[in-house]
This record gives sequence, structure tokens and C-alpha cells, in this order.
Amino acid sequence: MDKVMGDKKVIALYVLPALIVIMTLVYSPIVMTGYYGLMKWDGIGNMEFIGLNNYIRLLSDPLFWNSVYHSFLLAIFSVISLMGYLTIALVLSGKIKGASIFRKLYLVPMLLSSVAIAQLWMRIYHPTNGILNSLLSFLGSDNIPLWLADQKIVLYSVFIAIIWQYAGFYILIYYAALKNIPESLIEAARIDGASPWQIAYKIKIPLILNVIKVTVVLAVVGSLKYFDLIYVMTYGGPDGASEVIASYMYKQAFRSYNFGYASAIGFFLLLICLVITWLIRRLTASDEEIQY
Amino acid sequence: MSKKGFSLVLILTMLVFSVLTGCTGNNAEEVDNSSEGAKIEDVTIKFMYLWPEGSSRQQNMIVNEIIDAYQLANPHVKIVQEVLENEQYKTKLQVISASNELPDVGLTWPAGFMEPYVKGNRFTPLDDILTGGLKDSFVPGTTEAYAINGKTYALPLELNIVPLYYNKAIFAKYNLEAPKTYEDFLKVVDTLVKNNVVPIALGNRDRWTGSLWYMYLADRLGGPEVLTNAINRTGSFEDESLIKAAEEVQKLVNMNGFVRGFNGLSNDEGKAEFLNENAAMYLMGSWELPNFTTNDEIPQEFRDNVGYFKFPTITGGKGDIDSWVGGPGVGLFVAENSPVKEEAKKFVKFFVESWGQQAVSRAGVTPATAVDTSKLQLPQLYIDVLNDLGRASNMTLFADVQMSAAVAQTHLDMIQSLFGNQVTPEDYAKKHEEALKADSK
Repeated sequence: MDKVMGDKKVIALYVLPALIVIMTLVYSPIVMTGYYGLMKWDGIGNMEFIGLNNYIRLLSDPLFWNSVYHSFLLAIFSVISLMGYLTIALVLSGKIKGASIFRKLYLVPMLLSSVAIAQLWMRIYHPTNGILNSLLSFLGSDNIPLWLADQKIVLYSVFIAIIWQYAGFYILIYYAALKNIPESLIEAARIDGASPWQIAYKIKIPLILNVIKVTVVLAVVGSLKYFDLIYVMTYGGPDGASEVIASYMYKQAFRSYNFGYASAIGFFLLLICLVITWLIRRLTASDEEIQY
Repeated sequence: MSKKGFSLVLILTMLVFSVLTGCTGNNAEEVDNSSEGAKIEDVTIKFMYLWPEGSSRQQNMIVNEIIDAYQLANPHVKIVQEVLENEQYKTKLQVISASNELPDVGLTWPAGFMEPYVKGNRFTPLDDILTGGLKDSFVPGTTEAYAINGKTYALPLELNIVPLYYNKAIFAKYNLEAPKTYEDFLKVVDTLVKNNVVPIALGNRDRWTGSLWYMYLADRLGGPEVLTNAINRTGSFEDESLIKAAEEVQKLVNMNGFVRGFNGLSNDEGKAEFLNENAAMYLMGSWELPNFTTNDEIPQEFRDNVGYFKFPTITGGKGDIDSWVGGPGVGLFVAENSPVKEEAKKFVKFFVESWGQQAVSRAGVTPATAVDTSKLQLPQLYIDVLNDLGRASNMTLFADVQMSAAVAQTHLDMIQSLFGNQVTPEDYAKKHEEALKADSK
């Protein structure tokens, strides 16, 4: 076996099929997107080369920066909510009653499709007969907010739905990571008299730090690319109040017939995601390799 | 992973692949003609349209019957269908058009929607089949909506106008009558508000719904040309009556004329308020008529209560009551690069000729071809609408269809802001003017 694997040609041969698939399905569309970004193109007729004009337009397009701002807000909210997920996972991984039921309950949103979740939350937020407003008016509030119609709060209304949607996913990751910590370490700490808080902060979290870093990257990049719930629930509105980068890109490509410009947005989004990922990795880099 | 799990994944992957490869479809073959002489070559016409069996059963049935009839009369022709739902249809049309793989025959929307397709040389002119009386069978002015630079690129199937529907039972309860003037209309709204009834159902998340209100107010204040001229750049959007119309919209909003939270509601949710009898009025296209007449899923009692009136006139305004917002909906196009162009054109002609009568009597579509109502058994509401359509003094095409796609997006976003009181009428007009100017460059 070693002999076979030592042959560079054989390695190349084995890698080739996967390489071809990745090149054609992943990298060539990326290159094409960048290329289309240099064109004035309605997505239908002929293209016209306009150099970097689309990218220049991007930099001075207030609607685009508005959507970038919203996407970054979502990223911040997602990262903050990671703390909540982690807390829940810490509790669930402890020996409490009914942990397995809760674990399954938290996982349910992950099993629903985005559109179903959007429909569900639209019912909840319905201005007159939604659950939320029915409850508020039952409690006697006379200034009931219009969750999806008010330009000032619509973004946060959607964020809550998104945070709810991903709860199960991250809790599951954290839970699995926490379960991987050898029981003996925690046992030892307990014998030394550490409180549950100390065990969580001094032992468990440091031990799963690598997993936490990965989830931060996932959450940030996922937020920047986010599209589905927003598109279904608000269509980016009212008047762009909940527009994010991906929904703005979609509208430019398929509603305004600016395929070239939309490609430029897509390429820009890719660059942002790459830079952010690199930054996060860089900022959280540590030399310590945790082993247990 | 367990062995069982692994084999499950394997089966799934294989399934996915078989579906993917299946999509590329070999359903175009196997045309067997034994009866016909061998001289005529077999042709396959690909036809893509947007009435899936689930949500538009009647339309789907009619299309299939027309196709069957055509294939029976022309045994050498095989028509391959592809049916998609509205939003998917629009996206797919654009994507396959980019790679120049349009179906031979398909559906398009008029004016701004089809413009890039025509400019990109994707549709073929259909003027040659309009000769021989076919053009005269259309309601005047409808084919023009599909004409660019004097050539007609699609033939319309539907023609819709927008009446203001109202719930007769609610009106009767508060001794109200269908208003003829806008002043009376405001009184009606006021009375309903005082009695805790929602006057108007509106789902403005879809935005074009609010645009209908704005268009009518602009028409009644400034006459039929003012908005059209602003869009085609012979006029300005900062016209006095266009700003005034925006003011009227906000006045109506501030009277609580519309259902609460309308900016966050989809058109379907807005419509539900009217169907549930929570709201008394609903401004919407004549495509809703089946829901108020023949649709068994909606209670008979409610359907009997629905009437409509023409959008009231405003004292001192230039618009008259027989001027409608509306226009043709979908139309049939033939692809420019279709290998079977001539056969496809024949099919389109046949389709349009068969569609009208069938569509109105069975699917409740108001067709773009003139229909003799006296020969048909139709609900009264239909006959009234069709007659009013015949008497129309003017038809203003939906603003977002008239405008180019980019300006339409600005318009629709501004509509939401206007209704949400987030923009002043002056700024509303200014933003439109800027977008129109930038686009005409």
C-alpha cells in the first residue's frame, strides 16, 4: 500500500475525479460570476464589457450598503445568540432530568424547511390574529407593534425567527462536543471541589474552544449569505427595511434584469466572506493544541 | 455510521442522480404515426406555461384539451409540456433564456417584462399570423401591449380590469351605498371606521397591490395620461396631480382606511381579510372573479354578497369613471431560435382561437379575445365586468408593468414607504423622477 501511495502519478490519478467535480461545480462558477460582474448584461440578451463599472457602482449604491449593514447586524446577532445556544447545550449535557426530551425538542426547527418556518412565523406575527398580538391585546397592551410592517422593527422580528431556526443545529454541535469531553476530567474537578460554574468556564468551554471557533465562522458566514426566511417573510421590505445582501442580489438579477450587477454583488459577497473568515481565524488563532 | 445508514445514504445518492439525469428528459421521442402518410415530418413543440394542476386546475385542463385537440388534428405534431408555478416560471424563463434554450412556445407578460427578451432577440415577431382576421378578434389595444417597435411579439390570453369589490352585507348593515364620488367614498370609509369595521383589505407586502390604489387616484386626479406620460418621459413624475395622489393615499392610510399591518401582509393574507368578512372592500383584478362566483371552496353566502363598483371620481379631477386600471396578463410567444418556428406559430394561432370561450366559461379568465356574452351561461358579476370592459374609455396598464424592470423596483419600494408614511409625497415623486431619468439615459 505504501508503495502504491508513494507513486505521485497514482496519487494524481486518485485525486483527479474529485478535483474535476470540484473544479466544474464549485470553482468555475465562482470565476464565471466574477467575469459576469464585468459585464453589462440583463441575463437574457448580449453582454457588453464595461470593466469595473459594476464594482464602482456597487461602492456608491446606498441600497447595497443598506443591505450590507443589515447582513452584518444579523451576523452580530447570530454570534451573540451562539452564547445562548452554548448555555443551553451546557445545561443539557449535565445530568438533568428530561435532557433527552429537550434535546429532541430543540432539534425540531432544524427539521423544518425554511419556507415552513417562514409561514409559521408569519402566523405568529400576523397583525390582527397572530398568536403574539392576540396575547398582547389579551394582556391589555394598546400599542401593539406591527412586527413585519413596521420599518423599525421588521429586521429584528425576522432575526428572532432565524435565531430560532438555527438553535437546534448549534445546540447539537455543542452538545456533541461537550459529550466528547472525558468524564474523568470533570469527575476529577468535582473531587477537587469545583463548582458547576467553574467546571463550565474553566474546563468545558476551554476544551471545546475549537468547536466554538468553527461555529462562529459558520454563524458569521451563514448570516452574511442569508436569504430564505427574509425573502419569504418580508421580501426585503417594507421599502428595503429588511433587505440583506443575498436578497438584494436576487432582486437585481431576477427582478431588475441587472444580471451583471448582481454577479458583481455575488462576487463581492464572496470576498467579504473570505476576508471575514480569515480575520476570525487570525484573531482566534492559538498555538495550544488541546488533547485529551 | 452504521451499515444500514450507509446503504440508505447510498440509495439516496443514487435516487438523486437518477432524478437529475432524468430531468434532461428524453420524453421528446417516440412519436408514432402509422395513419399519416410518411411525407410530413414529425415535429415536437416544447411548450412551457404556468398553470400547475394543483393550483390552477381549470386552466390546466383547458390547456390540455386544446393540446389534445391540436394533436388530433395534426397527428405529426407532438407537444411536450412543462408546467411551473408563477415565481419559478419567471426565474426559469430568464435562466434558460440566457443559455438560449427557450421552449418553442411559452408565456410572457407584456411591456417591461418582455422588453429584454425582445431586445436580446429571443422572441420572434408574430405579425404574420395576426393577419386574416385574428387581430380583430382581440379586444382593441391588447395586442399593442406586446408590441415593441411596431412588431407584435406575443398574443395575449387574458385581459384584466381592476374593480373595487365590496361586501354588500356589510354595506347594508351600516346603510351605505356604493359610492360614485370619492367624497362619498371617504364618508363610507369614515362610517366603517367608526363602527370598528376594517374598510379596505390590502396586502402590501407584494407592493403592486398598493400601486393599484395609487394608480387609480392618479388617474382620477390627473386623467389617464399623466402617469403614462411620466413613465414614457413625455411628462414629469413631479406633476402636481401625481403628488396630490400620493397625498390622498396617505390621507386614506391615516384615516385607518386599510387593514392593520398591511405592509407586512401578502396579498393572500390581505385578501383573507375580505373573504373572512373582516374588511368591507378590496381593490383587485378581475382574475379574482371565480372566488366571488364559482369557487365552491368559498361559502355561497359570502359569494352572493360580493359586488363591485367603479373607482369613484374626484370632484375637480380629470379622470372619468370608465377609465380602468388593468391590461393584458400573460401572452403566448414563439422563440426566435425555435427549430420548428412555423409549426409553433400555427399552434399559437390555434391556441388563441380556442382559448377565449373556454377560458371565460370554465376557468373564469377574462380573455383578451372578444367574447359574445349573450351566448354564454355566466354569473351576473362576470357579465357586468365584461360589459364594463366593453365600455371602458381608457385602460391604464399596471405601473410596474409599464415601467422598465429597474424603475419598477423603485416604484414598488416607494409604494411601501408611501403607504407606511415613511416618505413625504414630494420625496416620493422626486425618487420616481430620479429613477426614471437615470433609466432613460
